[in-house]
Amino acid sequence: MHEMSIAMAVVGQVEEAAAKAGGVRAVTSVRLQVGELAGVVPDALAFCFELACVGTLLEGAELIAESVPGRAGCATCVDDWAVGTPPQLCCPACGQATAELLSGRELQIVSVRWEDGPARDRTPEPVSEER
Amino acid sequence: MCRVVDLQQAVLAKNETTAHALRTGMAARGTTVINLLSSPGSGKTALLEGELLLARERGVPVAALTADLATENDARRLARSGVPVKQVLTDGLCHLEADMLGRHLEGWLPDSTRLVFVENVGNLVCPASYDLGEALRVVLASVTEGEDKPLKYPTAFGLAQLVVVTKTDIADAVGFDEPAFRAHVEQVNPGVEVVLTSARRGEGLGVLLDRAMAVADGEPAHEPVMGRRHRGHHHTDGSPQTNGSHPHAHPHDCADDPGQSAYVTSAGPSAQPRA
Repeated sequence: MHEMSIAMAVVGQVEEAAAKAGGVRAVTSVRLQVGELAGVVPDALAFCFELACVGTLLEGAELIAESVPGRAGCATCVDDWAVGTPPQLCCPACGQATAELLSGRELQIVSVRWEDGPARDRTPEPVSEER
Repeated sequence: MCRVVDLQQAVLAKNETTAHALRTGMAARGTTVINLLSSPGSGKTALLEGELLLARERGVPVAALTADLATENDARRLARSGVPVKQVLTDGLCHLEADMLGRHLEGWLPDSTRLVFVENVGNLVCPASYDLGEALRVVLASVTEGEDKPLKYPTAFGLAQLVVVTKTDIADAVGFDEPAFRAHVEQVNPGVEVVLTSARRGEGLGVLLDRAMAVADGEPAHEPVMGRRHRGHHHTDGSPQTNGSHPHAHPHDCADDPGQSAYVTSAGPSAQPRA
């Protein structure tokens, strides 16, 4: 269960980026890429992320995890395939160990959505009755 | 003001950077780090006891650092070999990270140390994700654990540079299917060497030490497919990203917040992936 460490690393990096940017009041969502072979359980990560965010700029932020399928390619056969789980990393065509992993190990913060600048005016903006 | 900012940072970038620095620093002082991973009870300590003793007999300056959630039992066992040994208590943490290892090595590791064996926390899941700056990653499995262990823990076995089977003295009793085990290792990590050992009978004694010495002498370690990075892929090994994009943030308007525009200026947040 290292998802808590992963979640804390995500929170730490987003906080750092927010501090550099300056004026960030709240982070509302974080988009992650999680590869099939990254060794991270998305549900466990979501659970830990919620806890890791408490008391930080990210409190209540949504974690959007995009799963990245594992694919490998063979240098000899110029072929690529979905590696599956457990992964098949020998080339299914020639059986050689000349494979290269093309994707599947990602554990990447793609983007964040945050609120910055001066706090919004409390005066309600005029909105039409239909809304 | 709501904005979306592209960060494109590896989550474990900090650990990777620390590990990279540790590996460089260790190499500069002539020390090679060997990271040992296995499930609890696979026999890491017993194997290491034999290897440390042998290293001492051969006059190779070695040291060992052993990590556990609690107790100093392993350090006491390893210390019997007479080489410098340090116990790291992780206080419940399931894995070691590069900065923890760095802190423990600093000021403790004797200058002349050629090899330092790091016995990671007994766990095949979490430690697999953390580079410790090792030059050789060894994954162990005992014959009692089932031939499909490499398939159940593909990240651990897939990133191994050497696989050690332990407790072969009871292989027959437990019906260990060696060809099946080897085939499963090959599936997730084609080309990695699999070594059979029995700490009790002395089978394979010295192989780990020999492989570690070979790496220390500059022989390249096995490069697992899972650890190879495709060009154009996001690197997480401390090397610069090669995805063609500048590692800076691009603020965008929030699509669902059309009433608020984002400042898109050079004053935008600088989100360098590494310091």
